[in-house]
Amino acid sequence: MEENKNLENVSLEKEEVVNENIESNVQDNEPLDKNIKLMSPTRMVIRRFFRSKLSIIGLIMVIGLFVFSFFGPLVYTRWGETTPDSSPLTEYATSEFTYTVNGQTFVVRQSVEKEMSYNSYAPISGDHLLGTDQQGYDIFTRLMYGGRISLTVSFLAVFVITLLGVVMGGIAGYFGGWVDNLIMRICDVLMCLPGVPILLIIGLILDSAGVGGSERIYWLMIYLTLFSWPGTARLVRGQILSLREQEYMVAAEAMGYSAPRKIFKHLVPNVMPQLIVQMSLSLGSMILYEATLSYLNLGVRAPFAAWGTMINIISTDPNVITDHFLAWGPAGICIVIAVLGFNFVGDGLRDALDPKMRR
Amino acid sequence: MVKYIAKRLGLSVLILLGVSLIIYVLIRLMPVDFIENKILAMNQGGATVPQETVDALYATYGLEDGSFFGIIKGYFNWLLNICRFDFGTSFKYGLPVTDVIVSKMGVSFAVALIATIFEFMIAIPLGITAATHQYSFRDYLVTVLVMIGISLPSFFFGQVLKGIFSYGLGWFPISGMVEAGSSSTGIALLFEYIHHMILPIFTIVILSIGPRMRMTRTNMLEVLNSDYIRTARAKGLKESKVINKHAFRNTLIPLVTTLAGLLPSLFSGAIITEQVFGLDGIGNVALQAMNAGDIPFIMGYNMFLALLSVIGVLLSDLMYAVVDPRVKLE
Repeated sequence: MEENKNLENVSLEKEEVVNENIESNVQDNEPLDKNIKLMSPTRMVIRRFFRSKLSIIGLIMVIGLFVFSFFGPLVYTRWGETTPDSSPLTEYATSEFTYTVNGQTFVVRQSVEKEMSYNSYAPISGDHLLGTDQQGYDIFTRLMYGGRISLTVSFLAVFVITLLGVVMGGIAGYFGGWVDNLIMRICDVLMCLPGVPILLIIGLILDSAGVGGSERIYWLMIYLTLFSWPGTARLVRGQILSLREQEYMVAAEAMGYSAPRKIFKHLVPNVMPQLIVQMSLSLGSMILYEATLSYLNLGVRAPFAAWGTMINIISTDPNVITDHFLAWGPAGICIVIAVLGFNFVGDGLRDALDPKMRR
Repeated sequence: MVKYIAKRLGLSVLILLGVSLIIYVLIRLMPVDFIENKILAMNQGGATVPQETVDALYATYGLEDGSFFGIIKGYFNWLLNICRFDFGTSFKYGLPVTDVIVSKMGVSFAVALIATIFEFMIAIPLGITAATHQYSFRDYLVTVLVMIGISLPSFFFGQVLKGIFSYGLGWFPISGMVEAGSSSTGIALLFEYIHHMILPIFTIVILSIGPRMRMTRTNMLEVLNSDYIRTARAKGLKESKVINKHAFRNTLIPLVTTLAGLLPSLFSGAIITEQVFGLDGIGNVALQAMNAGDIPFIMGYNMFLALLSVIGVLLSDLMYAVVDPRVKLE
């Protein structure tokens, strides 16, 4: 009983406070809603997104890499993607021989001049910000071109996967019945296909079709999208199954809207939050996929640059691992930054879009 | 329950049929490297190989007809053989495919099993501390470290580890399963294996802690916000008891389900990690077989993987109902 009384008191007090506020406002002749700050849902999400430090860091990483790879080559034009530094480099191979003639020892030093055709494995200098690789290509420049490939390819792939997933998932979830059954069984089959082995096989097929070094990765990613839309489709379908029962869908039905309009104008926009999160997280995994393919020499092939291809140099010459970290390390670090950035952004978006995650 | 399982098993067979059709067609589109290499090798011996021999070779491997109907016919032949539990003979190894898979599976399974045990042992406590100290420095630290682990490409991280610990410090061997020309047996051989496995296992653990830890954290947060935890606290239980007895057990539900789904995949082998560290596991063998165009082996290996993932999904669905009595299967 006492508690209840207290509660009443508290609420009374609150009301009084509110009344006072209103009165004071009225006295000042200000409109009421000046005191109430209205925020659109989008702005609220943006604000919550930027409240988290990790998502800001992620955003900076991603934007930084974008600027680096897409505007970098326009600014830093000293070296091209496939222009080796062919400044003549002379190396001296010195060797010592010791002879003993009649009790006397002679030491003969021999020095052989060797002219290299290109400046390979150059150290860090003003000329080469991160040195050069085996072929005398400038690593810093190749990182930028590699970033272009990785980012373009993964954005395209995620875009197509989402498109396919939304269309298939939307149709399956809206119509139900045998359509749903058919699409979901196709999803089951595609989800059971082993990823890397299938891409290895497709890589070999591309070989026999004679697809060249820089376009191979696009072909591979096309096949990858064909196999990886089921995840998105399932997400969209699951959401639509529950949204379908909402009142506004009954209203849409009553208005006599066509099925495509109901699916893509009324249902899909409500799945957008989950879709955006899924997209940003899968961007990271697509970059990893692309890098793995290039590392296995299936994707982008030398002389063209991709981050994975640059690490692949290890398999041709194991000495590179310790002697020339610069030739492959920075590429790996770029991959990590890209994937980490997208993961941070995706995480931040998930928290920002989730109404349960109020802090 | 029995009806449900029967229905699911029937569906699984359908799924596997679909998968096998796709893989078979893809493989038949592949250039037949293996036989071409064989013919090239024969040519190098001196005289050119007569066309009849070439045709005979293609016929022995069942690849004489490359047209659409030939491929379909080949597929049904393959399917018939499967029904007799005959996966064919590997071109490259000259042994039945099943024998090769079974003999290489052990290494992959050992590595994966040990890695999974460590993964769970590290990820679960990390997830719980992160959840109980939500939004603290500790939470952010664990989250960031784990996210870095998720973002590492396995080949890059493996090579970095090799560069530091094998080439640089010389603590661990560079690749392979045993020392070159090793003749150790018994316990010594076991230690040699372990010595070679440490880096690969470490790589796998670091790369896979992330999802597990984040899952634990999310579940734990959900559980900590539930009413019975408030009740437990309200009746004056010690915080350690609330966490370890009341919250932890309910956090385990989804973890056990994933564990069941994970079991089959322990046999599948890690292609990239095994390649980097030169382990003699099934992933590495499959990679070589694929580059050699060993059709029966690739077919067998891919079907093996598909079978494992079908079983995994089924197991985790069943486990879900077993662990959480509120779930009813239909």
